[in-house]
Amino acid sequence: MAAHRCRYLACLLLLFLSVILVTMSQETTLGHEQHATAVDDPQTGAETKQTAEKPTVEEKRWEETKVKATTQASDTAVLSKTQVNEDFQEELVIRPLHSGDIYASFQFRTVWETDFMKGNKVSHYRLFPKSLGQVISKFSVRELHISFTQGYWRTMQWGQPFIPSPPGAELWVWFQDSVTDVDATWKELTNVLSGIFCASLNFIDSTNTLQPSASFKPLGIGNETDHRFLRYATLPREIVCTENLTPWKKLLPCGSKAGLAVLLKSEKLFHSSFHSQSVHIRPVCQDRQCKSSSWELRQALNVVFDLHTSGQSKREWSLFKMFSRTLTEACPLASSSKIYIDVTDNPQEEQFELSPATPLLSQAVVLGDRRTFSVYDLTQQVTFGTVRSLNLMIRWKSSEGDMLRPLLHAERYVTGYGLQTGEIHTLMYNNHPFRSFPVLLLDSVPWYLRLYIHTLKVISKGKDNNPSYIHYQPSKDRERPHLLEMLLQLPPHSVTEVTVQFERALLKWTEYTPDPNHGFYVGSSVISSLVPSTVAMETNITMEQPLFSSFFPCKEESSYFARVYTEPLLVNLPTPDFSMPYNVICLTCTVVAVGYGSLYNLLTRSFQVEEPNPGLAKRIANVIRRMRGVPPL
Amino acid sequence: MGLLSDPNRRQALINLLTRLNAPICFVCYFAGVAWFMGLAFEPFTLRTYMSENAMGSTMVEERFPAGERALATGREFAAHKKKVGGMPVDWLVKTMQARGLEVFTQSFSRTLPFPDENTERYVVKGTNVYGILRAPRAPRTEALVLSAPCTPGDNNNQAVGLLLGLAHYFRNQVYWAKDIIFLVNEHDLIGMQAWLEGYHHTNVTGMDWSPLQGRGGSIQAALSLELSSDVVTSLDIVLEGLNGQLPNLDLANLFYAFCQKIGVLCTIQGKLQRSDWDSASGYNHAVQTMMLMVMKQASGRPWGDHGLFLRYHIEAATVKGVNSFRHYKTDATTIGRLLEGMYRKLNNLLERLHQSYFFYLLPSLSHFVSIGYYMPAFGLLAVILLLRSNPGVLSVLTPLVISHLTGAALYMLPVRFQEVAVEHFPVSETEAVVLTAIAVYTAGLALPHNTHRLLSGEGTEMGWRVLKLVALLYLAVLLGCTAVINFSLGFILALTLVPAAAYVTPHVPKALSAFFLVALSPACTLLFSVFFFQELQEMPVSFQDGWLLYLSVIAQGMLDHYLYGSLVFPLVALLVYPCWLLFWNILFWK
Repeated sequence: MAAHRCRYLACLLLLFLSVILVTMSQETTLGHEQHATAVDDPQTGAETKQTAEKPTVEEKRWEETKVKATTQASDTAVLSKTQVNEDFQEELVIRPLHSGDIYASFQFRTVWETDFMKGNKVSHYRLFPKSLGQVISKFSVRELHISFTQGYWRTMQWGQPFIPSPPGAELWVWFQDSVTDVDATWKELTNVLSGIFCASLNFIDSTNTLQPSASFKPLGIGNETDHRFLRYATLPREIVCTENLTPWKKLLPCGSKAGLAVLLKSEKLFHSSFHSQSVHIRPVCQDRQCKSSSWELRQALNVVFDLHTSGQSKREWSLFKMFSRTLTEACPLASSSKIYIDVTDNPQEEQFELSPATPLLSQAVVLGDRRTFSVYDLTQQVTFGTVRSLNLMIRWKSSEGDMLRPLLHAERYVTGYGLQTGEIHTLMYNNHPFRSFPVLLLDSVPWYLRLYIHTLKVISKGKDNNPSYIHYQPSKDRERPHLLEMLLQLPPHSVTEVTVQFERALLKWTEYTPDPNHGFYVGSSVISSLVPSTVAMETNITMEQPLFSSFFPCKEESSYFARVYTEPLLVNLPTPDFSMPYNVICLTCTVVAVGYGSLYNLLTRSFQVEEPNPGLAKRIANVIRRMRGVPPL
Repeated sequence: MGLLSDPNRRQALINLLTRLNAPICFVCYFAGVAWFMGLAFEPFTLRTYMSENAMGSTMVEERFPAGERALATGREFAAHKKKVGGMPVDWLVKTMQARGLEVFTQSFSRTLPFPDENTERYVVKGTNVYGILRAPRAPRTEALVLSAPCTPGDNNNQAVGLLLGLAHYFRNQVYWAKDIIFLVNEHDLIGMQAWLEGYHHTNVTGMDWSPLQGRGGSIQAALSLELSSDVVTSLDIVLEGLNGQLPNLDLANLFYAFCQKIGVLCTIQGKLQRSDWDSASGYNHAVQTMMLMVMKQASGRPWGDHGLFLRYHIEAATVKGVNSFRHYKTDATTIGRLLEGMYRKLNNLLERLHQSYFFYLLPSLSHFVSIGYYMPAFGLLAVILLLRSNPGVLSVLTPLVISHLTGAALYMLPVRFQEVAVEHFPVSETEAVVLTAIAVYTAGLALPHNTHRLLSGEGTEMGWRVLKLVALLYLAVLLGCTAVINFSLGFILALTLVPAAAYVTPHVPKALSAFFLVALSPACTLLFSVFFFQELQEMPVSFQDGWLLYLSVIAQGMLDHYLYGSLVFPLVALLVYPCWLLFWNILFWK
C-alpha cells in the first residue's frame, strides 16, 4: 500500500512539473526556431510538418528531468550561447539474462546544433570531441558508424542487442554528395580513423570494401540514398583491447572521471563474454518539425558478463562485482544520467531481487516489445542514499535458464572437406508462428574464395525461395571482393538455407599471411530485416525516448528494424610448405646440372671415327708387306 | 656425365645390370628388409621433440581438482544408462546444461550392408549429445573436441564422468580462446561418423542424420577418451586412423610431454618404452612396437573414435586408460589434470598443428622414424620391379581386362549376392558375404586357361615378356602410390608381392611356383598378417580360431569401406588382386 501511495504522490508531482514544463518547452522551441531561420538549413524544407501530439504521462517523466538538468546547468555555469545548442546524455541499461549472465549497455549521446559543412569553419568545441568534428568537416562525412567487437553476440541465449555489431571491426560511412573522389576520401578517412581509435583500420582497402546497394541505409535524416556515396568494410580479425577503449573513452565529455564512465574499467570490461564498443555520428532532427538538423554523436558500449567465469557460487550481481566501482555522481555536463534495469520478466520479484529499490518505473518499446524498466536517476541526490554511493544489486532467486527463441536469428558455416572446394551455408530462422517477413542478406566473400554463383540455392521448407531482388558483383582477383545482396521473404516458422559453392584459390606465395595455417577469415553476413512487432512501435523519431530505444528510426508501427550478424568463417586455403622454395631450388639445380651437363657434353664433343686397332700379327704382316712393296692388309 | 653420354660406358652399365640382375635383386630385397628392421634400432632414430612453438615453450598449470566428483558423475551416468537401456539422452542434456554448456543432440540411423556379427548390429539408430563451451570473447571460428563414446555394458562410464567433470571445470575458467565441444557419441564409430558428417554437412557414406543446430567453427584438434576403471596403471595413445592416416606427430609429443610432466606411465600399442635398447630383448621390444603400428596402419581401419576426424584435416588421437596388475596406480584427478594441460596447450595454438611430421612410424613414444628414413626401405624393394622389367602391346590387353573384371567382381558381388547366397546355402548373411568373396577370389585362379581360349594366337615368348613388363611397371606404380599415402600397407604388400613378381616366368616348375605364388597372394598375406598380429599382441591363436578371425577381418574390412569410406578393400579388390592375377597368368603362359 505504501508503495502505491508513493506512486500517486509521484504522479501528482509529475503533473505539477509538467505544467512548468509546457511553458518552458514553448520557450525553448521558440528559441530553436529563431536559430533555425538564422542558419537556414535546406534539409528542413523537405521535411513534412508533424502535428504535435499530446505528451502522455510517461513522456513527462522524461522531460521533467531534462528541464531540471538544464536549469541546474544554467545555474552552475555561465557559458556561451552555444550551450543551449549542445546536449549530453548518458545512460546504462542492465538486462539480467535467464542464463544468469548479465548484459550491460552504456550509451552516451552528444547532440550539437552546428554545421560542419559548406566551408563553415567550426573552431570552438565544447562537448563534441574536436577530433571527430574535424574528421566530419574535412572528409565531408554525412554519417559514420564504427564498431569494435570482441566476441560473438549469442542471439539464442541473450536475445537481441540494442546496437548489433559483428565480431571484429566494422566501419560504414555515407559521404556528402559533394565528394568527388569517394574512394580516395575513404582511403584517407580509414587511415585517420585508424589513428584516432588505435585500430588496424588502415588494413581496409579495395579488397574488403563494399558498396552495398540496399542493406545499409542512412540512419539519420536525409533522403539521399545513392550508394555510390556509401562505403562498408569489416575486419573480422581485429582484436579489441584496452588500447581501443582508452581513445574511445577520451571522446566522452567527462572522460572516465565522472558519471557512468567511471565504471568503464578495462580490467573488468575485458573479463567478460562479449565486449563491443561503437561510435555513431549522424545528422538528426532537432525538433518535431525537423526544421533544423543537428549532429548526433552516439557512443555505445555493450558488455555481457558471464556468471560461471566470475568465480562466484551465488547467482548475484552488483555494480561493484561487474565493474569494481560504484557510482557516486552523474557527469556534471550531462543533461540526463540514468540507469535502467529491465524488470519486464520480474513484475513480482519472483525471478530476482533488486536493491536498492526504486519507485520510478518506466516503459519503453524496444525491439518490438514493450519492456518495463526500473529507473535510477543519477542527477538526483536521493538515488545515492545516505552512503552517497550507488551499488545496484541483483540477486537471482530462480535458476532456470532456457534457450530463447528470438524471432530472427541466423548462423553460417562452411561445409565439406579437403582444400579444393567447399560450400557456404547460411541459415536464417523465422520463429514467428504465423507471419512472414522480408530480410536483406548481404554476403561479402573475399576474392580468394571463388564463388560458383550458378550453385546459389535458396531453400525454405524444402522449396525454392526465389529472391525478389539480387545484386551480385563478382570479385576481381586482388582488387575487390564478391558482393551478394538478396531480398528474401522468410516464411513463418521456417528455416531458410542459402548455399553457394566455392573454390579455394591458390595464392601467390607472398600473399599468405604470416600464419597461413590458421586460415583466412570471411566476414559476417549481414541480415537486415523488418521484423513484425508485437506492440505498436513509436514512429515519431523526435519524441523523447530512452537512448537505447531510439537508435534505429522506425517508419511504421507494425514492425521494427533488426540487424543480425552471422559468425565469421575461418577457411583454410591450400598452403604450400614454405620450406619448399629451398627444396625446389635444390632439386632444380640438380636437374639442370645433370640434364644440361649431359646435353652440353653431347653438343660440344667432337666425334671421330676411331680406327680399329689392328692386332699384333696383322701389324707384323703389314711391316713385312711394306718391305716387300705390296699394299698393306 | 660421361656415364650417361658415353655410349660405351652406358653399355657397360647396362651389361653389368643385366648380368648381375638376379644377385642385385636379391641384395636389394634383403637390404630393404634389413633397412626396415634397422628402423627400430634406437641409435638410428630421432628423439621426438615439440615442433610447435605455441605449445612448446609456454607453461600451463594443471589444477583440475574434481576427479572423485567426476567418477561419481560417471556412476550416475552408468545408473541412468542401465535404466534407459542405452544412451541416457535426457539426463546428459540436463547435466550438460547444468554445467553451463550449450547443449544439442543429433539423431542418426544406418542400416549396415550386411549384419556385423562381432558387435551384433544391423540396423543402428542412435543419438549423439554434445555441449559447446563458448569461449569468452571469441567469435566462434575455432573449436576443440573432447569425445567419449557411450558403449553398451559397463564400459567407458568413467570416461563420460571425467568428460562431464572436465566440462564443469573448464566452464569456470576464463582463458579459453577456442570453443570446446564435449561430445558423447553413441554406437562408437558410427555415431562419430554421423556427427562429423553432420558437422561438416557432407554425406560420404549414405548415413541418415539430423542436421546439427550448434557449431563452433573449424575444429583444430580432438581427443577421444576411453576409460573403464576408476584408477589406471597407464595411459595408451592410439594414433592410427582411417586409411592409415596419422595425426600430426606434435599431438603424440604433447601427450608424451604431459605424461612425463605429471608422472603417468604412457604406452603406445600397449607397450611401455624400455631403456635397454642395446640388448637383444630391448631391440625386439622396439621392433614389436613398430610392427604393431605397421600392421594397424596397413589395415586402414580407424583404431579408435579419433580415426574418423583425420579425413577432415583435424588432428586427433584416442587416449585409453589401461588397468593392469601393476602396483603403481593413477587416479582420475591426475588423468583430468593431464587432459586439462593438453587442452590448455591446444588452446594456445595460433595455427593448426602443422609444424611436425604427418608421416612417421613410432618404435617407442620417445623416438620416431620420419618419412625420409623409412622410404629407402620401400625404395629398395620397388627398384627390383624396375630391374626385372626387361624390354620385349595388344596381346596383353586381354589378360589385363579380364583380370580387372575379376577384381570388379570381387568388389561388387559379395554384397550384391548375399541374398541369393543365403537362399541357396545354409549360411548367415555375414558368412555369405565373406565366403562369396573368397569364392570369387579363388575362381580368379582358373583365369589363365580361360584367357588363352580368348587369345587369338598362340602365346609367344615375346608375349609373356611384354605382359610381365606391363605387370611389373603397374605394380611398381601401384605400390609407390600406396606407400606414399600409407607406408605400412605399401611396405607389407611390397614385401610379399615383389618376390613373386620378380621371380615368375613360364619356364619355372609349375606346381612349386604356383604354390609359392598363391602363398604370396594378397589373401594369404592377410591370413599371415592376422596370425602375426596376434603373435605381436602376445595372444597367439590356434589355426581354427585364426581362420574364424580371418573371416571376420574380411567382413570388417568390407564394413569399414561401406560405413566409414575406408579404401583398403577397394584398393585390394580393384587394383592389387588384378595385378597379382597378371603374374599368375604369366606362370601359366603357353
